[in-house]
Amino acid sequence: MRIERRLERPRWLLAAVPAGSLVFAFFASGVVLAATGHDAPDAYRQIFDAAFVDRGALGQTLVSATPLAFTGLAAAAAFRMRLFNIGAEGQLFVGAIAAAAAGLYLGGHGWPQALVIAAMVAAGCAGGAAWALVPGVLRAFFKTNEIISSLMLNYVAAYLLTYLIFNTESYWRETEGFNASVFPTGKELPDRALWPAATIHAQGGIALPLGAGLALLAAAVLWLLYSRTRFGFEAQVLGDSPRAARYAGMRTRRKILAVMGISGALAGLGGASQDGDFRHTLDADPNGLQKQYYGYTGIVVAALGRYNPFAVLVVAFLIGGLQNAGTTLQGADFPSGLVGVMQGIILFSALGGELLVRYRVRVARRARAEPAAAAEGGA
Amino acid sequence: MNDSLLVVVIASGVAYGTPLLYAALGELLAERSGVLNLGVEGMMLVGAVMGFWTVQRLHAGAGLSLAAAVGVAAVAGAAMAAIHAFLVITLRASQIVSGLALTIFAGAAGLSSYLGNDLKLADNPARHQFGAVFPADARHWPVAGPILFGQNALVYASWACVVAVWLYLSRTRPGLNVRAVGESPASADAMGIDVTRYRYAHTLAGGAFAGVAGATVTLAITPQWVDGITGGAGWIAIALVIFAFWRPELCLVGAYFFGALQALAPQLQARGIQLGPTVLWTNSLPYVMTVVVLVAVSASGARRRLGAPAALGVPYVREER
Repeated sequence: MRIERRLERPRWLLAAVPAGSLVFAFFASGVVLAATGHDAPDAYRQIFDAAFVDRGALGQTLVSATPLAFTGLAAAAAFRMRLFNIGAEGQLFVGAIAAAAAGLYLGGHGWPQALVIAAMVAAGCAGGAAWALVPGVLRAFFKTNEIISSLMLNYVAAYLLTYLIFNTESYWRETEGFNASVFPTGKELPDRALWPAATIHAQGGIALPLGAGLALLAAAVLWLLYSRTRFGFEAQVLGDSPRAARYAGMRTRRKILAVMGISGALAGLGGASQDGDFRHTLDADPNGLQKQYYGYTGIVVAALGRYNPFAVLVVAFLIGGLQNAGTTLQGADFPSGLVGVMQGIILFSALGGELLVRYRVRVARRARAEPAAAAEGGA
Repeated sequence: MNDSLLVVVIASGVAYGTPLLYAALGELLAERSGVLNLGVEGMMLVGAVMGFWTVQRLHAGAGLSLAAAVGVAAVAGAAMAAIHAFLVITLRASQIVSGLALTIFAGAAGLSSYLGNDLKLADNPARHQFGAVFPADARHWPVAGPILFGQNALVYASWACVVAVWLYLSRTRPGLNVRAVGESPASADAMGIDVTRYRYAHTLAGGAFAGVAGATVTLAITPQWVDGITGGAGWIAIALVIFAFWRPELCLVGAYFFGALQALAPQLQARGIQLGPTVLWTNSLPYVMTVVVLVAVSASGARRRLGAPAALGVPYVREER
């Protein structure tokens, strides 16, 4: 058996390999389930029902999928240029902090709802972008490894979020009322700062949050940027071959900063949507926003969508369903962590499947006899 | 005198630095063979949970249980590393993405949490834990007592590991071969060294060290299991390898420096010392300092001369040189 590089990549493989990876991943996860004494087929049926079929399931899946769409797009935007921004987690927190400040202040001062929401979106983007620009600047000017620096800032952002609500009487913290004296929480956002949702009349009413619409818009913009503009082209060349890009006179530093900024802004927008769409306060609860790991899951989403913005949306929906099922079913039959295990296995399979996109596996003896029918893309 | 802030911070810095040291030594071995493994955090957590499980479930004396726990943790870490090794060495996947995948798979919301939940380990104190080795008299000697003689067996074992790794890499034939594989796999291959085997072996060894590092957390530092108990130590260990210029003896210095930074937060808070938003900056300090030191090292622009293996992160395919 030989493995050789493909000269051309058939288009069908680009879809077939992720799909095949998913099937393989479900099989491998089934082995993990069986090994720990669970009934795998039954677990899968429960997951599917809880994610997409049961009453209210699709609505909940959208709640999980919306932030994953943002963090997935954030990872896709940066990873396309081989800038490994794994700080979406922290950028989302800072975006949420900034957007909550805008919502509390402007909403409290009686601005019209549309303007308050626009300001929250802008603040979320700015907060996320600012947090992402720290590793961006360090990478652009000091060649500091952005993987480690962006990851370290996730912990700092989490401590900042906790600090604002738990350790200080900050602007974001509720200081009046009985509950506030028992357990520290964030201030409720005023009504004008709550994001509207459209309702689809199925499954007893599915709320389509504004954030989901914004994610769709962001994906379209990102797709245009990468496939139709000079900026996107140059960013990809820089990722694939930094040396060629430099010879061609492309501006490396500027592009690193811009791409990190865009990536952070997308994650920050996800934070704003958390405030406005779902949580309606700055959520610093240790079992709340910080336990969701949206930023890390976004990497899975982006890699599985092969960094294509629209594919990212589809994958975000599917993984969102898995995440939602994990939360709904959590209990003795369905230990927490299972969803992370499955996501990891899915990502491993997608990575392994990549081999079949880039290389063809030839069975040597048969290949010599009938080269046209060489075993390609199997498994 | 032994209660002074400096002595206490250094003494607990050595203890807190030990998991960082084990993990960094393991990562160093893998990187020296040319394999970057960003899954350290995940491997540590799986080692931590499996080590803790062994101590809780094995009905044996303290010494035997603890030794078995360290062994199980090493095997668990190596098993995690095997996934990464298979993907990046055999299947030639991107080392960065595969390492991230390993952390997601095994990490705080993945396999380690699943195992901790499924084996019902949370919220119970450890049945046995690593305690101080030397008698109390020695521990009360001024300054040297708490720092040198107040530590547990894993700390002393880590010193032996530093010496062993240093000797192995600089004074033995296989050590020389590893360095050749990391610097120039094509030349190593031409010399008859089995690149694939060396890379597998050292990636697995790296995983075993990471597993032990995890067990150090759950059996010596905070003897219990909670999800994500390592709190980013795996990532700091990866950064440590860079600061240490890929040299084991410098890993020791770096690990204790970052251990001391971690020890500072609880000490300042316990002594009621307030300097601005103390909770915020003391907790964030290790992470911020990691970035600061990383910038200092990378800005010097001499990364290559300082010891980064030339073939780090590059898959070796014999047909494609």
